[in-house]
Amino acid sequence: MTKLHELASLIRSKNAGPFDLTFDIMFEDQDSFRRCRMPDVFNAAALAPLLRVPEEKIKVFFSEAARAIKISIPRPVAQGDFGDSDGHGGQQYAALLDIDVR
Amino acid sequence: MRQQVRILSATSVLGSGFSEDSLKCGIERDPLFIGCDGGSTDPGPHFLATNETAFSERTRYRDLRLLVMAAKSKRIPLLIGSCGTAGTNAQVDDMLRLLQRIAREEALSIKAATFYSEQDKEYLRNKLFNGRFTALNNAPSVDAATIDRSIRIVGMAGAEAFQKALESKPDVVIGGRASDSAIFAALPLQEGIPAGICWHAGKILECGAAAARRRKTPDCLFAALERDHFVVEPLDPDLACTPQSVASHALYENADPERLAEPGGVLNIADARYEPLSPRAVKVSGSAFEAASEYTVKLEGVERIGWHTVTFGSIRDPFIVAEIDDWTARLREAVDKRAASVIGAGVDWRLLVRIYGKDGTMGQLEPTPVVHSHEIALVFEILAPDRETATTLASMLRHQALHLPIAKWSGLITSVAFPYSPAHLHRGDLFRFNMKHVVTPDTPLEMFKFGTATF
Repeated sequence: MTKLHELASLIRSKNAGPFDLTFDIMFEDQDSFRRCRMPDVFNAAALAPLLRVPEEKIKVFFSEAARAIKISIPRPVAQGDFGDSDGHGGQQYAALLDIDVR
Repeated sequence: MRQQVRILSATSVLGSGFSEDSLKCGIERDPLFIGCDGGSTDPGPHFLATNETAFSERTRYRDLRLLVMAAKSKRIPLLIGSCGTAGTNAQVDDMLRLLQRIAREEALSIKAATFYSEQDKEYLRNKLFNGRFTALNNAPSVDAATIDRSIRIVGMAGAEAFQKALESKPDVVIGGRASDSAIFAALPLQEGIPAGICWHAGKILECGAAAARRRKTPDCLFAALERDHFVVEPLDPDLACTPQSVASHALYENADPERLAEPGGVLNIADARYEPLSPRAVKVSGSAFEAASEYTVKLEGVERIGWHTVTFGSIRDPFIVAEIDDWTARLREAVDKRAASVIGAGVDWRLLVRIYGKDGTMGQLEPTPVVHSHEIALVFEILAPDRETATTLASMLRHQALHLPIAKWSGLITSVAFPYSPAHLHRGDLFRFNMKHVVTPDTPLEMFKFGTATF
């Protein structure tokens, strides 16, 4: 089975302000984007166990112009608060890398 | 009213640098002004709390000097927002001091206009009391006590603050905390360019060359705005904007890629179109701005949560590594017990053990929280009300961790490698961001204070 990271040109995470974390999955070509934009995988209910966040806290977007899938969740710990491990939120995307693509 | 407004964006943030060649190339294209963002919440709450800056004075001086000289040479204004990282009043004054130094060293006369973004607590308490204080999505809870215990609160200024500052025809606008996009939208809005074009171009410009494909290092970005579109292009000939690179920049650091909130409304780019004009330039059209019924100013506040002391150590013994979760739990129990006998109850302190090699980076989000390595790094963190209590806890922690027994070995063991003496490092006061709220002012300018200075 092909993994998401084999088709994406960029998978990244980043703060969207101090209280939110956002993931971008981008594609160089339209075919890879079309293949990966799987509504049954990239929806709040399906992503909840993977990202360990309640379903109602997850937002998913598909951007045709950017050929990108975007997922936003609340940060587990606010940026810079006691217990935060990643001030810029830049190393939080590991759970997305190996999503199976049909 | 101009048919076209050309804008030079210096870089992603003042102090991060840009190439002198790119700046020169941008100046030759006759921009109406140079804009540069000066800050972000990205470096964390420390900078709003302490007035320190994320980029050192030398890096900011280098960038500011080149930008002031370039702007003066063309007699165009230089607009800087969120000066000094958090856009506090002291950080604005610090930037004024740098400007004064540049004026003296370069024998230039520089007229500066400032605006200050720090908020009065009494004003905010009244807004809260009158229901003009609104939580955004995922906001922590805020009451009057939150406002009282905040060290500092800044409001994010909109385009109006830059427009007001520009009334005195300054060479440089030194702005406190402001919307990044507002730095770039303020002047074209005054020139009659439609708001959707102004704010979308502002959003793309605020990070400099970050909207280019495969940016190597921070650099300038150029845009030309007209009534129904804008064209964006990097100035480094080795860089290129592509429709995808420009479209995807709207995703960066935003929770919602299509609706971007600004003080006066929402930039809606759901129907934006991106077309290549050349191998390096992209034409953007179709962006819309939905004016809000009420003007809102976003707040950023910060409070002290205690004294932070950390101890770094590592473990190589495979038998301790194999039972690290149990070891950590027993360590916690041992420290709790010692602390109860020394510090007593009623003192609020916390111990956190990060296990690098297991889940130190991602914590609860880690998909594979198991150790595959022959060694692990541990960071023990203590949060206590004051330095003395934190030092007491750190000394207990070091000693308890050092000799904590495991079943495999009989006799006294020394189980953690601490590279430093003392083993702990005092990080100092720890701060947290404590609000994600907007205030509804009576006018866009009432939350900001304005000034001028001539050097």
